[in-house]
Amino acid sequence: MTAPTLSAQQSVQPGNTTIKPRKSRLSRKTRRAALLFLAPFMIMFLSMKVAPIFYAIYQSFFKTERTGLGFGESKSIFSGFENYLVAMQNSDFMASFGRVFLIGIVQVPLMLGIALVLALLLDSAFSPFKRSFRLIFFLPYAFPGVIAAIMWSFLYQPQIGPFSAWLSAIGIHVNFLTDSTVFFSIGNMMTWGFTGFNMLVIYSALQAVPGELTEAASLDGAGWWATSWHIKIPAVRPSIILTAVFSIIGTVQLYNDPAILAKVAPGISSTFTPIMAAREQSAANNYNLAAAESVILALVALVLSFGFLKFTQRKGADS
Amino acid sequence: MTTAPPRTPNSVPLAAQSRKPSRMPWRQQRVPFSARALSFIVMGVFALYSLVPIWWLVVTATKSSEDLFTTNPMWFSDFSLWGNITDVFQQQDGIFAVWAGNTVIYCVGGAAISTMLAAMAGYALGKYEFPGRKLVSNAILAAVLVPGVLFALPLYLMFSEISLVNTYWSVLLPSLVSPFGVFLASTYATQAIPNELLEAARIDGASEPRIFWRIGFPIMAPALVTVFLFQFVAIWGNYLLPVLMLNNDTLQPLSVGLVNWRERLSQGIPYNMTITGSLLTVVPLLIAFSVLQRYWRSDLTAGGVK
Repeated sequence: MTAPTLSAQQSVQPGNTTIKPRKSRLSRKTRRAALLFLAPFMIMFLSMKVAPIFYAIYQSFFKTERTGLGFGESKSIFSGFENYLVAMQNSDFMASFGRVFLIGIVQVPLMLGIALVLALLLDSAFSPFKRSFRLIFFLPYAFPGVIAAIMWSFLYQPQIGPFSAWLSAIGIHVNFLTDSTVFFSIGNMMTWGFTGFNMLVIYSALQAVPGELTEAASLDGAGWWATSWHIKIPAVRPSIILTAVFSIIGTVQLYNDPAILAKVAPGISSTFTPIMAAREQSAANNYNLAAAESVILALVALVLSFGFLKFTQRKGADS
Repeated sequence: MTTAPPRTPNSVPLAAQSRKPSRMPWRQQRVPFSARALSFIVMGVFALYSLVPIWWLVVTATKSSEDLFTTNPMWFSDFSLWGNITDVFQQQDGIFAVWAGNTVIYCVGGAAISTMLAAMAGYALGKYEFPGRKLVSNAILAAVLVPGVLFALPLYLMFSEISLVNTYWSVLLPSLVSPFGVFLASTYATQAIPNELLEAARIDGASEPRIFWRIGFPIMAPALVTVFLFQFVAIWGNYLLPVLMLNNDTLQPLSVGLVNWRERLSQGIPYNMTITGSLLTVVPLLIAFSVLQRYWRSDLTAGGVK
């Protein structure tokens, strides 16, 4: 993946200094201006993004040891990878990864499938009321996630929300807040909040598919499904990949929905997702272990999203 | 028969047809009624799914706390919305207004400053050649791929060390950095600002900051609204950061405050306070979103992976 920023203007640099002294003076001046423009952001970037990571990595290699019977002074001693081993052997932490994996493996393909179908329907010539539908689909994304989570936490309560009564009427008795149904409940909250955004990303890409392609296909007798499957979907592959990467990242960092739903669902433990598990360690003053778990979590997010990008790019090159 | 709406609102269908030849075969083929009906049903079902919870929130915010449990959840009973709103603002000596003010500081203030920083940095990365540019771009791109929430805990550990927790700064400072904003701004600057324009201004003797402010910034403005919106939503959505950093009720934003209300039924905060408070929070945001809807340029982001 090459961002446009990385490739542009590279031809300007070589030879620049040898041709004209005047030009080189100018470029030194502009270079200084560039650093001036960049400096405020870079200072904040280094202190608020880079520094915390290095601080967490640093902390993760130490452990706190208390002298005496836990009453005396505590001191930090270097412990190498011990915290990482402890984290890997912590069944709560490992189980939390299993849960987000389970939610993600079902929810992400389902959500993106719905988003793709809706985007294709909005892009087709025959669908009615497209403008209104597009606005409605996007509405939940404009809802702040925390407010949406509070709302769903009420909706799942049988005395307050309508869904339990509706399902009972057709003979399905379900409690949305048991240990096993919370997986579905959380997945539903994510689907409700983010399908519209993903639909919009794919829809924008569909709008840019050259008309000649679809025209030629339909002249050849291809129906809506064939045109979508053989022409439109391959053409918007990059956007689908983008939504997949965003969704994978979103699932790994899952926090708001389960943390808020936990207020009404006793089945959601305080270590339900990896971030909740790391937070739990920090709340118990195990700062070093919390740091190690944060580092592991960031690595997993990075590896998953980069890995997915590389995997799809290689597959794209083969076909 | 419903025809496809033309892409530009004011053009007549005929003009749209001639501009978009791709749509013609569909129209001429007379799509069967069943296809349109099926499409309507599929989109209608999902529209209901999107709207039912929102409708429930609107209806429920108008109910007294007794009616909350006893009446039809999807329809109005006695209309006590105004009383609920007054109660929300009077709860705990008017803390809801304090939370709203804090939210403006964190979200509007944070998004505004971070957009400014992103504009300058994006302009520098998109329009200048300097040593280390590639390194900086790659570092920013890597930061885009690590979600902001993952930084919250390390930031908390770091801020504890320097005693910055439980202050406005502990939430505001991390909110000033938007790597995604810089990425968007630099992409847009590269594509939209013509080099000739900058060269011409340089020959005329304009200083570099002046060129940025008078030429670069106005051209980048539409992308900067997008950056602002994305960062606003990102700060709003990063619930973990204020939860970790702030113990003090009066420093918290609406998100943290309302979640705390959610679980304080036994301490005298009825459910309908949380529900009405949620509606009050959402309404200004929904209005802002519909006004600024055209700035949700997701196609700007799509360019990143191509």
